[in-house]
Amino acid sequence: MATVFKRTEMLVDVPQHYCPGCTHGIAHRLVAESLDELGVGGRSVGVAPVGCAVFAYNYFNCDMHEAAHGRAPAVATGIKRVLPDNIVFTYQGDGDLASIGTAEIVHAAARNENITVIFINNAIYGMTGGQMAPTTLPNQVTTTSPYGRDASHCGMPLKISEMLSTLDGTYYIERAALNTVKNIKNAKKAVKKAFQNQVENKGFSLVELLSTCPTNWGMTPIEALKWVDDNMIPYYPLGVYKDRGEGELK
Amino acid sequence: MAKQLMKGNEAIAEAAIQAGCRHFFGYPITPQNQIPEYMSRRMPQVSGCFLQAESEIAAINMVYGAAGAGARVMTSSSSPGIALKQEGISYIAGARLPAVIVNIVRGGPGLGGIQPAQSDYFQSTRGGGHGDYRTLVLAPASVQEAVELTQEAFDLADIYRIPVIVLGDGMIGQMMEPVEFGKYKKREVPDKEWASTGTEGKRKPNIINSLFIDPDDLEKENIKLMNTYEEIAKNETRAEITNAEDCEILIVAYGTTARIVKNVIKIGEKNGVKIGLIRPITLWPFPSETIAKYASQSSVNSVFSVELSTGQMVDDVKIAVNGVKPVYFYGRTGGVVPLPEEIYENVIKKTGGAK
Ligand SMILES: Cc1ncc(C[n+]2csc(CCOP(=O)(O)OP(=O)(O)O)c2C)c(N)n1
Ligand code: SF4
Repeated sequence: MATVFKRTEMLVDVPQHYCPGCTHGIAHRLVAESLDELGVGGRSVGVAPVGCAVFAYNYFNCDMHEAAHGRAPAVATGIKRVLPDNIVFTYQGDGDLASIGTAEIVHAAARNENITVIFINNAIYGMTGGQMAPTTLPNQVTTTSPYGRDASHCGMPLKISEMLSTLDGTYYIERAALNTVKNIKNAKKAVKKAFQNQVENKGFSLVELLSTCPTNWGMTPIEALKWVDDNMIPYYPLGVYKDRGEGELK
Repeated sequence: MAKQLMKGNEAIAEAAIQAGCRHFFGYPITPQNQIPEYMSRRMPQVSGCFLQAESEIAAINMVYGAAGAGARVMTSSSSPGIALKQEGISYIAGARLPAVIVNIVRGGPGLGGIQPAQSDYFQSTRGGGHGDYRTLVLAPASVQEAVELTQEAFDLADIYRIPVIVLGDGMIGQMMEPVEFGKYKKREVPDKEWASTGTEGKRKPNIINSLFIDPDDLEKENIKLMNTYEEIAKNETRAEITNAEDCEILIVAYGTTARIVKNVIKIGEKNGVKIGLIRPITLWPFPSETIAKYASQSSVNSVFSVELSTGQMVDDVKIAVNGVKPVYFYGRTGGVVPLPEEIYENVIKKTGGAK
């Protein structure tokens, strides 16, 4: 019988701890496939965040660092400055990257650090049990915005791809989603490109992946996928926000 | 190498370069600015990397990444900046990474002042950040000693896989003294087979990590750290002893203060009072046994801790002396540096002088 689908070499053969229907697993797969296809796994060093993906260091089949909450871009900077020929990436949630770690991501981007950043935007703090994130949508209910996010009280969400694409330093910024087969295919292209850019020494590349958290959104996995279409994509439009290889788009 | 006249901060920076440090991440703060400034000039000359980070938090996390990737790496700051670095220092300790952190201490709390102080003793010797850990703390009293201790700090960090703090004060950082770089004898250091530099497909992934979610695993890790600390205490505890044999008053002082106390000893000699000095060179591990030994001499009537603070090291002196003799404190703080006469008078006032 012909094998049509198998584990990629760049994922360790262990059960992952993510909830059923969580798209973190898909994001892992896309990263691992990209490293595999580019043949750079042996010289890759990843940085795991604090968040649901904290154990990513057990899942990616390459050398890994576990960073403090939000500091992954600074840790990756340290690694890349020591190992300029290695492929260095961070994998970060929205609390990690867009709240506690905003200074670190903005400055790594401004320096055009030649690293790849995978940014998981699920509009919530997953690991700590569903609190409001900087990316939580207006009126979205979370455990710390029980009446819905009140923008007059706690402001509006951060649009990271839009923000970072305004910096002269960034090389490539794209937002993709993990909720449909078509979107996942596009997401894969974006992730692979973000690594390819690093291989070619192009500079700072970030892919924002709209992701689900059925557990803390209080939805079934199917409802969660649909919620991305109905609520997240309209607020966080998909597409390439910056590609210095193609001139600036969008 | 011939002697040259150098400012403490620049000498510390050059010592790091001489020790093979090729990565430095820092953020400006007085009175340590000459360290990053010197590094920004010098690193490109030796194919090294100086990077000014966006904050002390970022700088120490760059250190974490660089150390995990196997580099000899350093950062420097002064008190408020060191407070911000504590998160990263705790992670470095937890992940058992070697790194050197220089603190050119200034007065506090808060924004405090920019003049020399020793008010970060607690922060330095109690770990400083969260969790059950220690850092090795080296306290130079001259620019020459700052050079040698900085060079050794890199070896100690590599040998024990821990963060090492070089604790100077504004005086050590800012004053100029003649220095020689070739004096330090390199120690043997182990290979960094744990570093995460890419598997090359030849080994299992190396993971730099301080997370141990199972309490039994974390406890094992804590015990591993504790064992390392015990080994360090056994092998590396250091103090300089001056005039302490059969002294009547025993003073414990470190860094700049210890140098002032050497003049207090001379005043004592003129007045027929024998004053001894124990100068801890390692603040952690603290030279408790040495202090206990000299304090328990029958000649000693009292022990003093003299500091540029309102009294921090005195706690450790009391623990060391363990009630065998009365322990007193004298200090000036906020950036004020006492004269030898002032210290002498206060010591005599408290102890009633010689018996
Ligand atoms: C300094 C610090 N503050 C807070 C926490 C607690 N904490 C752990 S994960 C997390 C949020 C993670 O959310 P996100 O980055 O959105 O990732 P997700 O879990 O949704 O994937 C927080 C606040 C921590 N570990 N460290
Ligand atoms: S809590 Fe949410 S983000 Fe975390 S694993 Fe579960 S579904 Fe995924």
